[in-house]
Amino acid sequence: MSKRIEVKDLNVYYSKFLAVEDVSLTIEPRSVTAFIGPSGCGKSTFLRTLNRMHEVIPGARVEGEVLIDGDNLYGAGVDPVLVRRNIGMVFQRPNPFPTMSIRENVLAGVTLNNRRISKSAADDLAEKSLRGANLWNEVKDRLDKPGSSLSGGQQQRLCIARAIAVSPDILLMDEPCSALDPISTLAIEDLIEELKSEYTIVIVTHNMQQASRVSDRTAFFNIAGTGKPGKLIEYNDTDTIFTQPTVQATEDYVSGRFG
Amino acid sequence: MAQTTAAPAVRLSSPTPPPRGQMSNVYASGRLGRWVPWAILGVSLIISLAVFALFQAASGGDFNVAGAIVLTGVLNGILIYVTALLVEGIRKAKDRLVTTLVSSAFIIALAPLISLFITVLSRGTERFDLQLFSESMRNVVGQGGGVLHAIVGTLIMTGIATVISVPVGLLTSIYLVEYGRGALARAITFFVDVMTGIPSIVAGLFAYALFSLVFGPGVRLGVAGAVALSVLMIPVVVRSSEEMLRLVPNELREAAFALGVPKWLTILKVVLPTSLAGITTGVMLAIARVIGETAPLLVAAGFTQNMNYNPFEGRMQSLPVFVYSSYVSQGTDAQAYLDRAWAAALALILIVMALNLIARIVARLFSPKLGR
Repeated sequence: MSKRIEVKDLNVYYSKFLAVEDVSLTIEPRSVTAFIGPSGCGKSTFLRTLNRMHEVIPGARVEGEVLIDGDNLYGAGVDPVLVRRNIGMVFQRPNPFPTMSIRENVLAGVTLNNRRISKSAADDLAEKSLRGANLWNEVKDRLDKPGSSLSGGQQQRLCIARAIAVSPDILLMDEPCSALDPISTLAIEDLIEELKSEYTIVIVTHNMQQASRVSDRTAFFNIAGTGKPGKLIEYNDTDTIFTQPTVQATEDYVSGRFG
Repeated sequence: MAQTTAAPAVRLSSPTPPPRGQMSNVYASGRLGRWVPWAILGVSLIISLAVFALFQAASGGDFNVAGAIVLTGVLNGILIYVTALLVEGIRKAKDRLVTTLVSSAFIIALAPLISLFITVLSRGTERFDLQLFSESMRNVVGQGGGVLHAIVGTLIMTGIATVISVPVGLLTSIYLVEYGRGALARAITFFVDVMTGIPSIVAGLFAYALFSLVFGPGVRLGVAGAVALSVLMIPVVVRSSEEMLRLVPNELREAAFALGVPKWLTILKVVLPTSLAGITTGVMLAIARVIGETAPLLVAAGFTQNMNYNPFEGRMQSLPVFVYSSYVSQGTDAQAYLDRAWAAALALILIVMALNLIARIVARLFSPKLGR
């Protein structure tokens, strides 16, 4: 399952402060889209509005539309819980649940929602998700060990396994590799490449090489200065962004002249 | 040469000085051996014992133990500072002086506790027998009798107080941490702080006044005592669980939200289990805080010599009140009353200790597994 994201004229506010201004873009299903840009330009904020996770922060609100295959996330009567069940998210720091074992962590999306699942179905789901996250071979003999006993990279893949275990339509990743070493980063990038065949993936990254390696399309965000809102500067195929950007700021950023 | 100036102290320093002709290590300095502080402590003790023995011989009277201990402490501080200054230099000397001060402060803080425990243990064991735990005081005027009625009363009233306070306190702290915003949350925090400072007798009067509204004046009930205790317990539970809930990283809540878990399930299945160990410890501390309360129980639950298993009817005895009343009104055989009072105090201390032990075990069982 994989869905198209259409964002129309989206403004994000923290109380009165306009954090992201007037973003419109379309993300195709079964593709990887990277958001790049300097710190504080609203990439993560914007990413969070794609599954209404920004609402966790008091005072955050949104104007505009986010259409997932035509359904508006901000329409009347939309339940953010249902939204998040279909749009998964992986965070910057690996955050496995410390009270749960590896297996329980993978199944958390099912068990935390009080859904009943048979033992064999749970085993199958855990194995499928861990295989999906390229972690099965490393942890299959210690599924009952706590999730925090794994290394940072393994924990992050555990979090990805946990996210794909609920079979979402879209997977959002907020700098998933920034706390990891190059080997673990490579493992996750390979994983993103494989997951692309089933999910729409949106990834925020500070690493431009990573954006150019994994993504099909890239969006560049920037701010005019502190206190100003972040804006979408340019959105195009990754090759175009990195070789022939149309906006000067994008070229400066991707060529390393600032930022 | 530094080697020669330090020569008198070489005997005290444990590492052997570098052989002649070899360059000495620039990072090395004189070091006192591990035994030296203990030796200095021993020397100070001997000197002050000798001094006070002389005083005793000169003026007669008792040997001044307290004076000897104080002098030992002062001498030890001075001697170790001077020795370290000569051998190790000013920084280490200060370090040793402060170490001595901190250790003394620790011992001073611990002394009353140990003294109390030894006193209760030595006097309480007199009547600490099976009869104490199997009989009430009904129809007992002299020797014999037991405190079973008081133990049962204490357990029932503290138990009811816990049953009332833990849900109220825990839900309040969940509201404060997870939902509370603005004026209401601030007001609750303020009033919880105020409640922490309520004198326990006032809590007892409150419970008495509340129950006398319903049952008429002069009412004494076990459940009234429990209500008084819970008034004291709730703020402690709120405060400690609030701290524990705030310690749960926000990332875990976000991880659960991102899986499409509703907020109440996130709190129930992620936040609470993660902080369960700390909350349990807090609840146990709150119980330990109220189980020794005397005044509110005296007012609200009264005292009795009879067994009473029913908190909703009649007066109910408790251990602290038992200790108080048998000390205040010693009967014909005063020593029997005193012995029972001490034994009851010992039983109370042991109950609190057992609760703390259980709390630690529970905390260990439920604490998040860290793997390594």
